[in-house]
Amino acid sequence: MTLLDAEPDTATDSVPDPRSWATRTSALITVGLYVGSFAVALSLASVLIVLATDASPMEVSRALYQGSLKTWPAFGYTLEQAAPVMIVALGSVISTRSGLFNIGPEGQFAVGSATGALVIFHVGAPAGVVVPLALVSAAAGGALWAGVAAGLHAVRNVDVIITTLLLNFVALQAVSFAVNRHWLLQESTGRRIDPPQSPLLESGLRLPRLGSPPGFNTSSGILVALLLAGVVGYALGQTRWGFRLRMLGLNPLAARAAGVNLVVLGGGALMLSGGFAGLAGGVYFAGTGYRITAGAVGFGYNGLLVALISRGRISAIVMLALAFGALRSGGGYLAATGVPRYMVDIVQALIVFAALIPPVVDHLRRRSRELRVAHAATRSGTTLAPGAAL
Amino acid sequence: VTAVQTVLGSTIRLSGPLAFGASGEYVAEKGGTLNISLEAMMLAGAFFSIVGASITGTVVGGLGAGMLAGLCVAAVHANMSHRLQANTFVVGLTLNVLLLGLTNFLLEAIDPGRHQAGSLRFPILSEIPIVGEPLFANRWPLYLLAVVIPLSWFLVNRTNWGLELRACGENPQAADVTGIDVNRRRRQGLYYAGLMTGLGGSYLALGEVGLFNQNMTAGRGFLVNAAIIFGGWRLGGALLGCLLFGGTDALRLALPALGVEIQPQLLIALPYLLAIVAMCFFAIGGRPAALGKPFERGIA
Repeated sequence: MTLLDAEPDTATDSVPDPRSWATRTSALITVGLYVGSFAVALSLASVLIVLATDASPMEVSRALYQGSLKTWPAFGYTLEQAAPVMIVALGSVISTRSGLFNIGPEGQFAVGSATGALVIFHVGAPAGVVVPLALVSAAAGGALWAGVAAGLHAVRNVDVIITTLLLNFVALQAVSFAVNRHWLLQESTGRRIDPPQSPLLESGLRLPRLGSPPGFNTSSGILVALLLAGVVGYALGQTRWGFRLRMLGLNPLAARAAGVNLVVLGGGALMLSGGFAGLAGGVYFAGTGYRITAGAVGFGYNGLLVALISRGRISAIVMLALAFGALRSGGGYLAATGVPRYMVDIVQALIVFAALIPPVVDHLRRRSRELRVAHAATRSGTTLAPGAAL
Repeated sequence: VTAVQTVLGSTIRLSGPLAFGASGEYVAEKGGTLNISLEAMMLAGAFFSIVGASITGTVVGGLGAGMLAGLCVAAVHANMSHRLQANTFVVGLTLNVLLLGLTNFLLEAIDPGRHQAGSLRFPILSEIPIVGEPLFANRWPLYLLAVVIPLSWFLVNRTNWGLELRACGENPQAADVTGIDVNRRRRQGLYYAGLMTGLGGSYLALGEVGLFNQNMTAGRGFLVNAAIIFGGWRLGGALLGCLLFGGTDALRLALPALGVEIQPQLLIALPYLLAIVAMCFFAIGGRPAALGKPFERGIA
């Protein structure tokens, strides 16, 4: 029994004939389930809109569409919001694959962005040096933050889920500490009380932008994210490392017998996922946010959810991250319709539930089929046995 | 003396919601559920207790509505993860997002108004110097803890149901073999946690504050998780953790007013750090062995 039964790899124990009638119906049923559960989720959201506000669901979806996809700049903004989610999700897939469940990307994201900001604000070097350095240190910051959990797991066998969860809150306070100290990150505005935030990143030190403002424009973070998607997809699917990782996740005992070092490989995967979250923080800071503030931004949790409902498929991660990015960017347009922007959170949560249901139902159907077979075997076994004795 | 009394009083008041949550979560975790949707349950309880109070016009109605809201969140969580076998952490995280969005959304759409439970002052006890006033003159829902805490302990440690529940948390395979429906027990544990955490949220909104603010639980649900860990999965330890965490929160609020320079960030992070330290160095013995691991019957 793996810790995470959302992992797809456990399901592929038999290879069915793709052209068989049963497989096709089964695939059709799965597609139908997805369509059905998304329809239910969206109608729930619509009911809520109709009951609680004066707007109509059509207006709301039009506003979301306008804010995320309709114009080129809106689409650019969607990509900009999707990039950090995608990077976090790619990291989460790595740790999930190894069976260690990292629930702390939110904290690693915060630490990563703050580390990147520290480097960029305090290291006086030309942009060509300091920006890459900041991204690398953002990744290192996230990796070290996850490394605390990995280390405690290795040394004291402390549950990784619990430590990564708790470290989220510590991380947010650490960042809040930094943006309240002038010698760390706080901005000096010259007013009587400085706000708890870092200075704005000057334009020379930002990530290069693709396109220019009147038309399509977006942070180059999306290129980083897509590049990483390719790399992670290759590394998990085609390399010896990816195979070992999967072996570790599916059966740690067998993996150890095969010579896999649990501490190095598992802890490494955990730190790598933290590094991805940290890098996402750095990319967001240098490419989109330009400023560190106290408080959670939600990219970490979004990325984690994307990774988990994608069931480890890289293509699904890319698509879902884009969907989450569209929701994040479209939310700003909701105010115009008179619907509170919190609708976006609700829709997001309903989408996650909708994406969760079909695999679960699939699993239950497969299970009941297997149970039938098993019962049939037991029955025929018991009737055969006396006959064999005769 | 007055400063000490103020801090003590707000320690008690701030520990209250945590203690309700902890007595519920203790039961759920003993059954093997690492429940991270406490935040959602508490927030739901807080919001719907005010709504319930304004509909029924009574505080009791409000408390009931809050508990019911917590139970609803628990029902979604329990049936998704212990019936349909969806990943419990995905469900928990999503419920937190959902309830935060839902309460914020509804707060803008409807105005639940203001309602507050009355104070209860115990005649002689509240005259005790220093501790009398903080302990024995509070909003009355706080004193429901006198029922809730023993009830949780009794359920887990002195009933058949509790024995079976603990078996599900320690060794679900063995429990299953003896005929216990593991996932059913775990669902029931979660329902109880939902009721109690909803009550904790109701106490926060209806008892202490008197109205609902955006995200008013502000991470208290996760503090309850930390308290259970800090207490080594024992009820007494968890409640001690609640008092300690309530105390640090009270200090954070009181010290600046008393003219003491403090690092609020460190005090806010302290409970989580303490929980991590506690987990590393002691009290790990009470941890249910199958905590957070889904159970599914083997085939044949």
